[in-house]
Amino acid sequence: MHNLLSTLILIPLIGAAFILFVPKDREGTLNNIRWIALITTLVTFAVSVLAWYRFDPTSPAFQLVEEGPWISDAIRFKLGVDGYSMPFILLSTFLMPFCIVASWVSVEKRVAEYMIAFLVLEALMIGVFAALDLVLFYVFFEAGLIPMFLIIGVWGGKRRIYASFKFFLYTLLGSVLMLVAIMTMYWTAGTTDIPTLMKFAFPASMQKWLWIGFFASFAVKMPMWPLHTWLPDAHVEAPTAGSVILAAILLKMGGYGFLRFSLPMFPIASAEFAHFMFFLSLGAIIYTSLVALVQEDVKKLIAYSSVAHMGYVTLGIFTLTEQGIEGAMFQMISHGIISAALFLCVGVIYDRMHTREISAYGGLVHRMPLYATVMLIFTMGNVGLPGTCGFIGEFLTLLGSRIANSWVALFATTGVVLSATYALWMYARVVLGKLVKPELMTIKDINLREATLLIPLAILTIYFGFHANAILDVVSVPTEPLLASIKAAVSSVKTASLLAP
Amino acid sequence: MSSPLAALPVIAPAIPELFTGIGALALVLFGAVFGDKSYAFVRWLVMLVLAVALILVYLSSGTRVEAFGGAFILDGFARFMKIAVLWGSIITLYIADSYLKDTKRQAFEFPLLILIATLGMMLMISANDLIALYLGLELSSLSLYVIASFDRDNVKSTEAGLKYFVLGALSSGMLLYGASLVYGMTGAVSFAAIAKSLSSGASVVAIFGLVFILAGLSFKISAVPFHMWTPDVYEGAPTPVTAFFAVGPKIAAVALLIRVIEQAFPGIETQWQQVIVFISIASMGLGAFAAIGQKNIKRLLAYSSIGHIGYVLVGIAAGSPEGVAGVATYLAIYLVTSFGAFACVLAMNRNGRYLEDINELAGLSRTNPALAFAFAMLMFSLAGVPPLAGFFAKWYVFLAAVNAKLYPLAVIGVVTSVVGAYYYLRIVKIIYFDEPREAFTPAPVAIRFVASVAAILVLAFVLAPAPLVNAASLAAKSLF
Repeated sequence: MHNLLSTLILIPLIGAAFILFVPKDREGTLNNIRWIALITTLVTFAVSVLAWYRFDPTSPAFQLVEEGPWISDAIRFKLGVDGYSMPFILLSTFLMPFCIVASWVSVEKRVAEYMIAFLVLEALMIGVFAALDLVLFYVFFEAGLIPMFLIIGVWGGKRRIYASFKFFLYTLLGSVLMLVAIMTMYWTAGTTDIPTLMKFAFPASMQKWLWIGFFASFAVKMPMWPLHTWLPDAHVEAPTAGSVILAAILLKMGGYGFLRFSLPMFPIASAEFAHFMFFLSLGAIIYTSLVALVQEDVKKLIAYSSVAHMGYVTLGIFTLTEQGIEGAMFQMISHGIISAALFLCVGVIYDRMHTREISAYGGLVHRMPLYATVMLIFTMGNVGLPGTCGFIGEFLTLLGSRIANSWVALFATTGVVLSATYALWMYARVVLGKLVKPELMTIKDINLREATLLIPLAILTIYFGFHANAILDVVSVPTEPLLASIKAAVSSVKTASLLAP
Repeated sequence: MSSPLAALPVIAPAIPELFTGIGALALVLFGAVFGDKSYAFVRWLVMLVLAVALILVYLSSGTRVEAFGGAFILDGFARFMKIAVLWGSIITLYIADSYLKDTKRQAFEFPLLILIATLGMMLMISANDLIALYLGLELSSLSLYVIASFDRDNVKSTEAGLKYFVLGALSSGMLLYGASLVYGMTGAVSFAAIAKSLSSGASVVAIFGLVFILAGLSFKISAVPFHMWTPDVYEGAPTPVTAFFAVGPKIAAVALLIRVIEQAFPGIETQWQQVIVFISIASMGLGAFAAIGQKNIKRLLAYSSIGHIGYVLVGIAAGSPEGVAGVATYLAIYLVTSFGAFACVLAMNRNGRYLEDINELAGLSRTNPALAFAFAMLMFSLAGVPPLAGFFAKWYVFLAAVNAKLYPLAVIGVVTSVVGAYYYLRIVKIIYFDEPREAFTPAPVAIRFVASVAAILVLAFVLAPAPLVNAASLAAKSLF
């Protein structure tokens, strides 16, 4: 098969079309729709595993490349993957079935539309990571706003309308500035082909503006402090599966964007802006961790902790060291697993009690021992305990920042302590303690469906904690040439400035 | 030679216009004899005339030919714009029928006025001197004033017609004054002669004349600060007429504007560029902010059209083949999207009562999922969200602006598009998030057809953007 990646994008769309034509208002319709969605996502995952099997992780080149005519000769339909994008595609397709199963009973109204929105979103997410043309990337990147807007707005909580508008407009505002930068690049380089642009040397003065344009988009998407305020609202109001996708995949598009575009295409500007990025990353790590500490809503707490964890990602990327970048990649994957699992855990208790207030819980361990155990694993992963995958990413990014700047490393390390404080304190208040609340006396432990959701994620959390190389070997391959090209670009500017009178 | 056929090569480029004109005269006679009961017949014949004219335009070659002593020009650009205008008129007649029936206004004058207005617009597009420009403009404008007040027992409709007429006459006056100044300074009415005489630089008076001409044309395309009539006329005019106003006359006036500045004033680009950049920013800004508070869907779409003209002007400001190609692409996509949106507005009907409050759309996604989906996609397209066609429209005009190094204009433009996205999203919110109201009466086939075809085109454009884009850039090349 030569067009594995476009097949991967098409399958969810075909599934969505199928759902559209399922005869409605018949008995068992809802279950049929759910099964179609689940099977579609499972097939997509299977095909992505096939793609992984065909993918050679030792080669830094783009693979599984397919190309076709699209807008013009300069703007073509081009897909391909490398060591940065392949893990994200696998993560997206892997988490999608979890989202469908997590919504099995909790979504009762407008099930068909809900599943269609998720399947379309999946296709677009795969497209974002597989696109090898800047305009194609932008189309996928922005199109994802539409299904997510509907998911938050239709199936969300009380303040869903406010949250969905904030999410949409905030992200759109960042992205349109990137659009102007893309247009400038098109006229300068004459193409929007990503591999060509990665080799193209933009003039140093132009790089600065282009970098700012891309930064506007990715910093909002990430989200970086102080542009993060849309995220807690979106997370709190989104349905469980929406939160999972938002935290696990959509946020990663920002980090992926920095790695795919900002670093290789604007190396000089990236080096220049590194200290600015350190400052924002530290702001995210320290400030949002403190904010997370005082949250009373479980989902909001995890949302703020996501912002803090994304702070490590940007910190790692802009250290421009091997440890930092690989750590950032690892952090994104591990956060994808852990944050998804934590939101699923919140979903479990929310489905039972219909509240996310921390104070409404306490002593769950007495009634829900299994839940308490898996939740503990994920909390420890969030804290970054050695032995879980959360540790590796944080450790490597801190290592990278130590090489780049010891002061930054010193401040960033405080985040480790703070994350332990808020995560463990939340766990203690929700799960531990005495079971005194009368409404909780009859709460049931996780059922089989929920266990099949949480246990694979728990296994992965620990597996990657011990077998970090499973991910690091893949992401290190494109990192080496990337760093070499940045070094060359930066040193060429230095010699140029030395030669100048 | 005495053979009458010898004259044919001279008038050959204008055959579609001549056919339309003769058809219009014949049908006026027919209508006058048979009265209002001939409405259905006249409507079909007018659509036939328009369709034949469309085919004739399709068949004409894109090479540049002049007729009538250089007053009339046919080139690739004119051909592209005429096709768009003719489609607009045909769709208008197609969707207007049920509305005229429900409001008991099935008079034979309606299709005829559309036909005559279309003839005027075609002449505008092909105008190659100041006199032809004015003739075409007035022929279309006078017909438009009448159909704006076509619902003559309705106060709002008559008010709309009167307002449109008074302000339109004022703008025509400004245009004429500008034309007379330009004629006075250059001694020429033909665009080529004006360009030649101004090639060594323009006097202040000629620039004054240019500004007055631009002001007059800005009125026709409802660009800020000459937009004041738009919301009232859009709201007051019968909905199919509003749909017509939003597209056809705008396309013709934009085509005319491009031809005037590119063919008559190419030498003083820096002067007109400032004016265009200013009205572009003002239109985008006003279109984005003023629509936020609107509750009437037609008023909202009026402000939206002001904003869209602002984006069109971004492409014109670039003053390059890419810019004109971007404008042509933009207008073609806007034609489809706008008619789709107005078809959805026409579907807002409960037992023959046409509704205009946007809150009436509440929960449409549950009472009529197909219409709701079409409406939402058209709104996302108007907002310029990829992968819908509206994104590509904006992409091309901004691409041209960036190439012309108009960075501030491009940045302001994309930021206003985010502000504008708010009110389009608000409609999607009402359709999808709010609790349902009573369902609408099922819309007639014509309206459902136009709405769904528009939604499909807007959605599918991403799969094959090349044909339209290539046609647009071919059309633009003929001007440079």
